Amino acid sequence: MTTETARQVEVTDDGPTSTGSRATMILGIVTLLALAMLVLFGLILSPADENQGDAVRIMYVHVPSATLSYVGCFLTTIGSAVYLWRKSQWWDLVAYAGAEVAALFTAFTLVTGMLWGRPTWGVYWVWDARLTSEAMLMLLLLGYLAVRRLAADYDVRAKRAAIVGLLLVPNVFIVRQSVQWWRTLHQTPTLSLSGAEIQGLMLFSLFIGFIAITLVFVWMVIHRFRVAWLEEQVDAEGLDVAIAERRAEGAVS
Amino acid sequence: MTRHVVMAMLTDALLIARKDLKLELRSRVAMNQVIPFALLVLVLFAFALDPDRGLLQKATPGLYWIAVLFSGLLAMQRSFAVESADGVTDALRLSGLSPSGIYLGKTLSVAVQLLVLEVLLGVGVVVLYGTTVGGWLLLVATILVATAAISTAGTLFGVVASGLRVRETLLPLLLLPVLAPVLIGSTRAFEAALNGTPSEGWPWVGLMSVFAVVYVVAGIFGFGPLMEES
Repeated sequence: MTTETARQVEVTDDGPTSTGSRATMILGIVTLLALAMLVLFGLILSPADENQGDAVRIMYVHVPSATLSYVGCFLTTIGSAVYLWRKSQWWDLVAYAGAEVAALFTAFTLVTGMLWGRPTWGVYWVWDARLTSEAMLMLLLLGYLAVRRLAADYDVRAKRAAIVGLLLVPNVFIVRQSVQWWRTLHQTPTLSLSGAEIQGLMLFSLFIGFIAITLVFVWMVIHRFRVAWLEEQVDAEGLDVAIAERRAEGAVS
Repeated sequence: MTRHVVMAMLTDALLIARKDLKLELRSRVAMNQVIPFALLVLVLFAFALDPDRGLLQKATPGLYWIAVLFSGLLAMQRSFAVESADGVTDALRLSGLSPSGIYLGKTLSVAVQLLVLEVLLGVGVVVLYGTTVGGWLLLVATILVATAAISTAGTLFGVVASGLRVRETLLPLLLLPVLAPVLIGSTRAFEAALNGTPSEGWPWVGLMSVFAVVYVVAGIFGFGPLMEES
């Protein structure tokens, strides 16, 4: 099979050959242990809050996942920039994996935030600066993912997605800034987490939450990347096989 | 050398802008479809919000900019639809014009069309909603900066969505969340101007200027790779 495909991308051999490895398995086990710790501290050992009651336990997963949704965006923008610069498929797929996991974490943040808001404020949603920018982040990520799913050649799709991905972090910054002004010019921010002093076991539970959720994030990004990489390899191989078959048909007739 | 490159880019930009605007003048699509659509949106708002309660007047800045965004979206989609037929994109690529020049030219032609729309919609809200206009300096500055922001971002995302079967649905999804800061900014600046408190509006003009600069830079450097493909 010596056919040259039309791909511009450097197809390297140093990519993964399966969805997991020994290292990712160990990472997975550590992640599960951290999650078990989080359940123990977050749901059993830490006390309920004076004002928020048991709803405060949602914060142990909500705050870390909100932070990591932004980390995912940075990953996408960095991956897109390096892809545009070096044309490496590896970085393009890093950008893809980052955005998809970021979208998941953003959705999780929004859902847990609403579940926390209902008992605490009495409503699911308020037009607070932080909530609104998280919702806008979700929409920006959905736009990026829509470009990723275009039915087009790999190069076309990757290049267009890279431009959108490159602008993701600048957009997030401008949107956050404008939403902040938009709300604060009219009223003071409605919620402030830092105001209430968290200490003792509650602070420790939040700390465990950060570790556990970060591990989940890393595990997911790695696996999403590996699956995306393998998908691209299968596509490329399928194309090679198809071309070879057509050539064989031509030789027979 | 850089001076030479910049001059060539600007010449190409003017060439493309002139071509696009000539095309619009002759085809009359903007005249016969986009402008009537914009006026239709104004009338629909009146149906949705009872005109007797003074809501229209109070909400004029927001309604005005929503109308600009939606009808502008049609103009932007057209800006690339005219290139996708008959392999014009390939011809444009072969023409030897600099991609940055093509980007700036397209942006310029979209901006001119938006300005025409904005003037007409402005007359529309004054006549239909009975809005009293004031704070001219801030109003004009807002219109110029917001138009620059919308057309720079719109042209860049327009080419990202161009030539695809899903372009009509993809462009709004990509563009509208990105333009949210411009909508917030232009609406607040208009409110400030109409309420006679212009000092509240100028920070928004600054924010929208930053936005426009980010997109001009991204467009000048990003248009090359996007044009080369396929």
